[in-house]
Amino acid sequence: MYFGLSEEQSFFQDNVRKYLEEHATIDNIKHITNGDKKNLSEEIHNGLLNLGINGLLIPEKFGGLGLDLLFAAVVSEALGGGVSPTPFIAPYVMAPEAIKHAGNKSQQENYLSKIATNEYRFGVGFSEFIGKRNDAGISFSDNTLNGRAMFVLDANNATHLLLADEKGQIFVIDAKSTNIEIINLVTVDKTRQYSEVICENSEAELLEASSSSTDPIDQAIDAGRIMLAADSLGASQNMIDKAVDYAMERKQFGRAIGSFQAVKHMCAEMAADLEPCYALVWHAAHCYDHSPDEARLMACHAKAHVSEMSKGIAKKATEVHGGMGFTDLLGLHYWFKRIGLNRQILGSPELVREEAYKTQV
Amino acid sequence: MDLEYGPEYQSFTKEVQSFCKKYKGLSFTDRSNNPLGSSGGSGGPKMSRSEWQKILIENGYFARSVPKEYGGYGGKADILKNRIIAAEFSKSKTPVAMGGQGIDMLVPTLLEMGTEEQKQAYIEPTLHGEMIWCQGYSEPNAGSDLASLQTKGELVGDKWVINGQKIWTSTAQYSQMCFCLVRTEPDAPKHAGISYLLIPMDTPGIEIRPLVDMTLKAGFNEVFFTDVKIPASNIVGKRGEGWAVANATLGHERGSLAPPDATMNRVNMLMQLMKEETLDGKPLIEHPIYRDRLMQIQGKVLAQQSHALRLLSAKLNPGADVKLGKMIQKLTGTELRHELEGLAIDVMGEIGTLYEDSPHLRNEGTWQFIYMYFLGLIIGGGTSQIQKNIIAERGLGMPKEPKVKEA
Repeated sequence: MYFGLSEEQSFFQDNVRKYLEEHATIDNIKHITNGDKKNLSEEIHNGLLNLGINGLLIPEKFGGLGLDLLFAAVVSEALGGGVSPTPFIAPYVMAPEAIKHAGNKSQQENYLSKIATNEYRFGVGFSEFIGKRNDAGISFSDNTLNGRAMFVLDANNATHLLLADEKGQIFVIDAKSTNIEIINLVTVDKTRQYSEVICENSEAELLEASSSSTDPIDQAIDAGRIMLAADSLGASQNMIDKAVDYAMERKQFGRAIGSFQAVKHMCAEMAADLEPCYALVWHAAHCYDHSPDEARLMACHAKAHVSEMSKGIAKKATEVHGGMGFTDLLGLHYWFKRIGLNRQILGSPELVREEAYKTQV
Repeated sequence: MDLEYGPEYQSFTKEVQSFCKKYKGLSFTDRSNNPLGSSGGSGGPKMSRSEWQKILIENGYFARSVPKEYGGYGGKADILKNRIIAAEFSKSKTPVAMGGQGIDMLVPTLLEMGTEEQKQAYIEPTLHGEMIWCQGYSEPNAGSDLASLQTKGELVGDKWVINGQKIWTSTAQYSQMCFCLVRTEPDAPKHAGISYLLIPMDTPGIEIRPLVDMTLKAGFNEVFFTDVKIPASNIVGKRGEGWAVANATLGHERGSLAPPDATMNRVNMLMQLMKEETLDGKPLIEHPIYRDRLMQIQGKVLAQQSHALRLLSAKLNPGADVKLGKMIQKLTGTELRHELEGLAIDVMGEIGTLYEDSPHLRNEGTWQFIYMYFLGLIIGGGTSQIQKNIIAERGLGMPKEPKVKEA
């Protein structure tokens, strides 16, 4: 019995972490999010592709590494820790999982092998299946899509999009088609891209198995939720580390503020809240591949619980920094906002917990 | 990640399952001193708690790694087997061995630091539940700052003469023995002046006064010592080493206060209750506000259960760094259990306030009792605030509060 990361997983995670420390510095993140160095994000992304992040979940027969979801989770944790301004969850986790489970043989071969070679990059828009808001929603007939998909992940620079209708049918469309419009949504989190996609008689290919069962889309969403939980886990740990460092450095009343129990206890509470989240995320990722009966419940709870803990940590860690925490100068807000987005996308905690309950009746 | 135990454990699991089947419905002929103790089932064999304890030892389901010559099973320490035993007993609702401070804290301490005579004299009767121990640590003026304790022990000839007062002493009224921290070296620095003494509770000069707590059920006591004389040899470790000896056992206590598997059993029990109880004709579970609160807590307990697996794995595979992970257990475990029991009261509304032998009581009033009892556990064994100091200072490396100069 061994509950934890393998040497390979830790090693890979360290590599991602080191790469980001070197290249996704806070100055670079500011440049990217201010829009003054547009190519920098793609450069950092290319560096991560060189490490192999696009092929993690692609089966070996299609040219990928054939690893399990836990491997992707530890990568996601590192990306969250470094507020990496690059796509990951949609193109390299949700898209491969959706295609693996919903695609027929030729769809699998075509798309998965091209994700592995980086020829295709997918954005993913499943929001309307998870919880349709207002007039959003797409419909499929005569091999075309019409309607609007909101909060499509990583659609910028994507070659293709995976969109879902309310029934959980998954469609592939060409992102460069003239029959779709991709509108950039400006969210508080400027480290990643979110879009609105409007389809007007857009030619679409149905992923075959998604027409008869919602299992494939559920699985892709479970995988995405576990990734978001892992991303928040990494971001939260980073915020705690920063808060603890700051509290030991900053002096008031002639002593480090970290020696005051009011401050120290906030740090202890953050650590106590986050520490079990590691095991929960790892366990959920493990169940995804190895324990299908528990997989859904674990994925939902990982997403909801880590979202709740991270929200508290993002607030407290900012408070420990006092006024500096509130400034753009320090850039702590990038982590705060990243955690905020992770909480809302692919189902906010209340919605996800409701799904957790439904798996038990 | 590999959550399988392996084939040798599969046959062990079967063995434990058939044992549990054999004693299905076991009930006890005597009461438990532990307010959370099982009252047993019905329709199965009847016996005393001490007899059951002996059967468990003979089969290796309790005191598994305690050597035979001291009354244990004499097996190899096997963390996974212990876990299988706990899981199978829980699943089949087979009563587990009785615990208590003697079994959970004193026995491991004696095994590690006791003399041969002490091991021979105390371990076996303690394991059998025939010798009950109480813990004499806290004093009226030594709570969170335990090391400032003032109960005095003076060596006069071949006897320790003890004077002073202890407080929060659970089970003192049933105990045959007390393991006690006493200041024996008045001139030594605070932590270095304490010894760990073993005091028979029937020694003249001991007075026990019950201290009723908010549950009105679980009993604390105050224990007064007036010229209590015990043999000089009733000391564990050397003079002045009591703090180190006690710290070894405090670790045992903190880890075992609120195991997440037990909390998950209560979550499942609450879900069952919420399916049966109705509000405005609808089961409680169908009221989204209550349901969401239950799901929030289920998520937290799942996190703690997964965390416990990580800690278990660290015991089996040395090298993993779980120092911080261990430090948070007492804080998070007791707070979560209290929160869960409180949720049950909330969902029941007015019915949640019923107590003792009131009509309409649900689940024997355990929700109300444990809600309060766990507030006691949040405070006892190092308050949540003390736990946060430990986590921040030892876990995160943050500086201590500067010492105030004595006036």
